[in-house]
Amino acid sequence: MKKKIIDLAVTANISLNDNYVLIKATSPTALPKCEPGQFAQLRVDGSSTTFLRRPISINWIDTSRNEVWFLIQKVGDGTNQLSTYKIGDKLNVVLPLGNTFSLPLCSTKRPLLVGGGVGVAPMLCLGKKLKEHGFDPIFLLGARSKRDLLQLEDFEALGTVYTTTEDDSHGEKGYVTNHSLLNQLEFCQIYSCGPKPMMEAVASYARRTKTACEVSLENTMACGFGACLCCVEKTTKGHICACTDGPVFNINDLLWEN
Amino acid sequence: MGKLDLSVNIGGLELKNPVMTASGTFGYGEEFADFYDINDLGGILVKGTTLNHREGNPYPRMAETPSGMLNAVGLQNKGVDYFVKHINPGLLGLRTAVLVNVNGSTIEEYVKTAQIVNELDNIPAIELNISCPNVKEGGMAFGVSPKQAEAVVKAVREVYKKTLIVKLSPNVTDIAEIARVAEASGADGVSLINTLLGMAIDAEKQRPILSTITGGLSGPAVKPIALRMVWQVAQAVKIPVIGMGGIMTATDAIEFLLAGATAIQVGTANFVEPTAAIDILHGIEEYMSRHGIESVQDIIGALKY
Repeated sequence: MKKKIIDLAVTANISLNDNYVLIKATSPTALPKCEPGQFAQLRVDGSSTTFLRRPISINWIDTSRNEVWFLIQKVGDGTNQLSTYKIGDKLNVVLPLGNTFSLPLCSTKRPLLVGGGVGVAPMLCLGKKLKEHGFDPIFLLGARSKRDLLQLEDFEALGTVYTTTEDDSHGEKGYVTNHSLLNQLEFCQIYSCGPKPMMEAVASYARRTKTACEVSLENTMACGFGACLCCVEKTTKGHICACTDGPVFNINDLLWEN
Repeated sequence: MGKLDLSVNIGGLELKNPVMTASGTFGYGEEFADFYDINDLGGILVKGTTLNHREGNPYPRMAETPSGMLNAVGLQNKGVDYFVKHINPGLLGLRTAVLVNVNGSTIEEYVKTAQIVNELDNIPAIELNISCPNVKEGGMAFGVSPKQAEAVVKAVREVYKKTLIVKLSPNVTDIAEIARVAEASGADGVSLINTLLGMAIDAEKQRPILSTITGGLSGPAVKPIALRMVWQVAQAVKIPVIGMGGIMTATDAIEFLLAGATAIQVGTANFVEPTAAIDILHGIEEYMSRHGIESVQDIIGALKY
């Protein structure tokens, strides 16, 4: 799909909690087709300290309404500035960037989608696509606390949702990879996005259970479209760009231990 | 007012306009094909090329800094033979000047790579990179010593028959001295500045951000330094100067031309605004129209004191 630079108009800025906002925006022209796992580079206007665009996952896209959602974690100056965008503000984006998740090769079993923190963002539109293709997605979402579990109602509309929280305020206590679900069911494919230690634990579980597994990496990048070679991941094929050959990687291509 | 004349000549290399893209910020051009027709540019500098395949430095390779960024890519590329066989065929149809940025760890590597590129009919010039701060051997080491610079430029000049541009490092006490050495050693032009050696620290983790600890600073933060160096070098040598360093807008580009640059390169701006280079070209045209200037030659070195 051809990459485009578009001035979106912000239609909603919903504060999910102290650390996250959900920005909804529409395009005056037809949005290009964006697949789950792909991302956009958001230009940060009005921040004196932010120079580069911010790579943000496509959280949801509705091409019939030309609407796209971005789930934004307030980490530094750039994302904090983006979190202040108001209805009607211009949001300049480059999209779609990166690759996408592959569909499960089997049709009988269920796919498991594991998300942590802001990494739940691509899991929502992936869940939608899997459901559209006749799969019954199971979501396993982890957070520090109940208030950090994001978009639970949206996930529940697409499939079965299991949660873990570190403080035991929702679902099972602990990390996603400790969830009892993992000892009860088999999955045809596992997808994961979130903090690297979480994805490494998920990859380890996938290897142990001989389940196909794809993870979406969040390597820091400058351009987002393969020009700067800053976001490389060391793989079985050498250094490759997370922005063009990723962000979605099959765990068999990564050099993660275990 | 007649048609604008934007053409410039860099030591025998004819460019239809003075806007080029900087090596290492533009891939092989195809990364930008979705955004605009790169044939409209004066020229493009493809990725830094070495004799052999290089994996580059470990991740993390980038740290954002106020009005700029540090990189430590370390010349990741598949080597000149791969370029000749697999990448250059895809560049044959381009109607813009395609230059190869040549790198090495030793004089022999520079020479061999330049020899191979010399055989490519579609490549009218090379940029000899004696200023990369992100490799352990060679690179910047050649660009910070007049003696070493002389040796490598002379050696490459012997085997390279087309336009030879030498890319200079700002990490020196007197950049004009190195420029004069490049000129005396046979360079047809000089380009400057490469990145400034810098460093970023994560105070919370108490660790350097880059895997290599230090890296090259680029972006608007370096522009005043780049502009000063271009101005100094343009007065020190007779060969054309290609200016770069933090150019984000057409106004930035005009400033470099006024300071004495015959052409300019757009680098880090490509990462932030994929259309930066073509926007800058259109902005230069607009500036010329607005000032009643028919030839871009009338801007080059036209700074009033």
